[in-house]
Amino acid sequence: MDILLLSRLQFAMTTFVHFIFVPLTLGLSLLVAYMESKYVRTGEEIYKRMTKFWGKLFLINFALGVVTGIALEFQFGTNWANYSSYVGDIFGSLLAIEATLAFFLESTFLGIWIFGWQRLSPKMHNASIWLVGLASNLSAFWIIMANGWMQNPVGYLLADGRAELASFGALVTNGFAWNQFIHILAASYVLSGMFVMGISAYHLARGNNVDLFNRSFRIAAPFTLIFALVLVVHGHSHGANVAKHQPAKLAAMESHWETMPRAPQYLVVVPDPIRDGNRLELLPIPAGLSLLTYHSPNAVVQGLKDFAPEDRPPVWLTFISFRTMVGFGMALLLLSAWAWKNRHDPQRSATMLKLLPWMIPVPYLAIQFGWLVAEVGRQPWIVYGVMRTADAVSPGISVSQVVGSLAGFIAIYAMLVALHIFLLGKYSRLGPEAPPRVKV
Amino acid sequence: MLELTWFLLWGILWAVYFALDGYDFGLGINMPLLATSETDRRTIYNAAGPFWDGNQVWLVTAGGVTFAAFPATYAVMFSSLYSALMLLLFALIFRGISFEFRRKVDSDSWRKFWDGCNVIGSLLPALLFGVAFANIFMGIPLNAQRINEGNLLSLLNPYGLAGGILFVLLFSFHGSLWLAVKSQGALMERAEALAHKLWFAVVAMVAIFLAMSVFYTNLFHNYLANPVLLFLLLLPVGGLIMAKVFLSRQAQWQAWGASGLGIIGVTLFGVIGLYPKLLPSSIDPAYSMTIANSASSTLTLQIMLVVALLCVPVVIAYQAWSHYRFGHKITAKDLEYEEAY
Ligand code: HDD
Ligand code: HEM
Ligand code: HEM
Repeated sequence: MDILLLSRLQFAMTTFVHFIFVPLTLGLSLLVAYMESKYVRTGEEIYKRMTKFWGKLFLINFALGVVTGIALEFQFGTNWANYSSYVGDIFGSLLAIEATLAFFLESTFLGIWIFGWQRLSPKMHNASIWLVGLASNLSAFWIIMANGWMQNPVGYLLADGRAELASFGALVTNGFAWNQFIHILAASYVLSGMFVMGISAYHLARGNNVDLFNRSFRIAAPFTLIFALVLVVHGHSHGANVAKHQPAKLAAMESHWETMPRAPQYLVVVPDPIRDGNRLELLPIPAGLSLLTYHSPNAVVQGLKDFAPEDRPPVWLTFISFRTMVGFGMALLLLSAWAWKNRHDPQRSATMLKLLPWMIPVPYLAIQFGWLVAEVGRQPWIVYGVMRTADAVSPGISVSQVVGSLAGFIAIYAMLVALHIFLLGKYSRLGPEAPPRVKV
Repeated sequence: MLELTWFLLWGILWAVYFALDGYDFGLGINMPLLATSETDRRTIYNAAGPFWDGNQVWLVTAGGVTFAAFPATYAVMFSSLYSALMLLLFALIFRGISFEFRRKVDSDSWRKFWDGCNVIGSLLPALLFGVAFANIFMGIPLNAQRINEGNLLSLLNPYGLAGGILFVLLFSFHGSLWLAVKSQGALMERAEALAHKLWFAVVAMVAIFLAMSVFYTNLFHNYLANPVLLFLLLLPVGGLIMAKVFLSRQAQWQAWGASGLGIIGVTLFGVIGLYPKLLPSSIDPAYSMTIANSASSTLTLQIMLVVALLCVPVVIAYQAWSHYRFGHKITAKDLEYEEAY
């Protein structure tokens, strides 16, 4: 194994694990803040219990998001030194701005929120969790502007053997990145909504705390449906955007080989990249692909054969990930519509209550597949069209160092994920009853 | 001018990080020395409770600013120190989750496990930061390709180790002062007694470290060229002396503040000595990473300066407010509080 492959594995593994925690932070922070606002406004005790129950789950998740995030911050320098010195002028500044503008706010006010229930006025206390929610979404903005720049580099010029910032305005108005941002926020909100509805359904099916979970369900249902709609509708224009900026990625997502007008969309495809084609193509929608990507049946869609083999992303992984994400997106839209229809009395449908807890993993998987599309589909480029991944790795590190750190990450992250599932499971099942307290 | 400003800001960010997270590390390091009961241990966790995460962001920012302002240095520094940094990361992971998880399962072995994580997760970073910074002050064997020819063991040279011990002592001292602020009764008295003892060790170690710096590093060149800069030594020396004075008068907040200034002073002493280098090469000074060969473009530095000037004062204001608001002594009632660690 070489340093490049190991570093890629390590980066992919650590970002994936980080992104198990991130989306719930983004959405649940806002939901919890909203619940507390209801408490502050109405003074009803039930909203306080609701805030504390969901807040506890939020905090377990948040702690893991924090510790896995630091690992990413360091890795650009440790494993991707050539990348860092080549693009640091642009990329590094976005990360630094993210920390000063968002992470400080988020972490400081979370501490204030946790310890402030009795020490702050209700309004001030509620404001602190709104700040946390705002700041975490703001942090997503900056990190996505950074990732979006890797996907679609803008506002730079090549000078002195590196990429230098030419226009900061171009960086933060990068259309591609904005599309990613909208997409990721919507995805995270859907995930958080499904999380709240799934756990509420679990308790409603058992008749625990019916009032509290009914109300939680009613808060989450419209939230989830709205953002599921945004996801699917906007996801489509996101795809069009990919076609425009990264035609090779789009071709890999669809396993589309020949450049042609009136390109059909096949419902069933089995790619065969070794022979530069597909083994099986069934159920064509005539001109479907041209229509979907360029909104015109006669549009020409570039095929993979237009790209030299060393410029093509891995087809199988990109293709399968894309199809799965889209499939899951459709399923989530249907599910959230169903849940929304039953929002006033979720207990009306026992089937739904049984099903929803099992659906919690679906948005998690869709999000991970989405990142696979975005990141694997970008290969072989680390910065699209500017720098290849193979040129980005650190020159001064050894195989044994990376093997050591990768083994460490695998062991520790396996433990973190297991702990996460164990503690979230334990505290979601426990319900809003005050947990057994330890004597001091 | 812009580059000098960023060099100073770079040093200040690291210094503030050490002054803040330093007391969190110190609390962890001191736990086995000071805690005799579960109540003591919980008091120690809750003394860091509302702050540690916000303090840790100074590390994220210091790393981010190294990346943004001096990308080539960030690349060489972080990849040269690969194994040490990975150890540091792993330690920080365990330390971070120990706060949130320790109280989540009611079992002695569960709590013991997280206590172990918190103690080691505090001691190891303190040691590693000290070793790393001492090696940065001294220079590492960078060759013409800017590749480190040393390894993890070569970092553990006498000067590196002295730096590690210095940081552990400084943080332990700083942590015991914060615990004195936050606790009462017997635990507070033990914390103060420990601080009194540690003070002598800290002062001895600072003296040893300064003396070793004469032989192992070129840090004093800048000071000899501009003797005015020697006034800077007032910060570590004055900070430490004032910490002892305040401690004797039981002015706990002031003592803690003074030791924080001491830590900032020690860090800045080294950083100013480095200028204009960020990472000297011990093979040939020409292979060093300097401001000249690693600073970002003027535009990037300008934009970041605007962001820093607008945001950092606000950050300092709300973090100071949070320390003031939650700086009260921890009582039994605080520990009964549902959300407490
Ligand atoms: C709950 C999660 C989720 C769901 C249901 C969907 N997506 Fe998605 N998708 C993501 C989560 C996600 C993501 C994790 O947020 C990604 C990865 C990077 C990004 O920008 O968003 C992503 C990437 C991504 C990309 C690649 C963008 C790029 O290359 O940067 C496209 C074209 C789509 N999505 C399109 C869709 C469509 C048409 C969907 C619905 C029918 C859909 N996604 C549902
Ligand atoms: C690969 C690039 C990434 C890096 C370098 C990175 C860095 C970090 C760091 C250092 C933290 C911990 C901050 C703390 O101590 O409080 C963190 C946490 C977090 N990150 Fe990431 N992150 C990355 C990807 C993402 C993405 C893609 C998103 C959102 C779309 C995101 C959103 C968050 C959120 C919401 C947290 C929660 C915890 C916190 O901020 O404190 N991150 N990240
Ligand atoms: C958190 C969600 C993310 C996931 C799940 C993810 C996933 C991945 C995967 C799977 C790879 C390896 C691709 C390959 O080598 O074939 C990768 C590489 C990489 N990604 Fe991401 N990514 C995420 C976010 C980000 C963000 C926000 C950034 C930058 C701001 C980023 C920067 C990189 C870099 C520098 C590499 C290494 C070079 C490479 O292998 O392409 N990633 N990521």
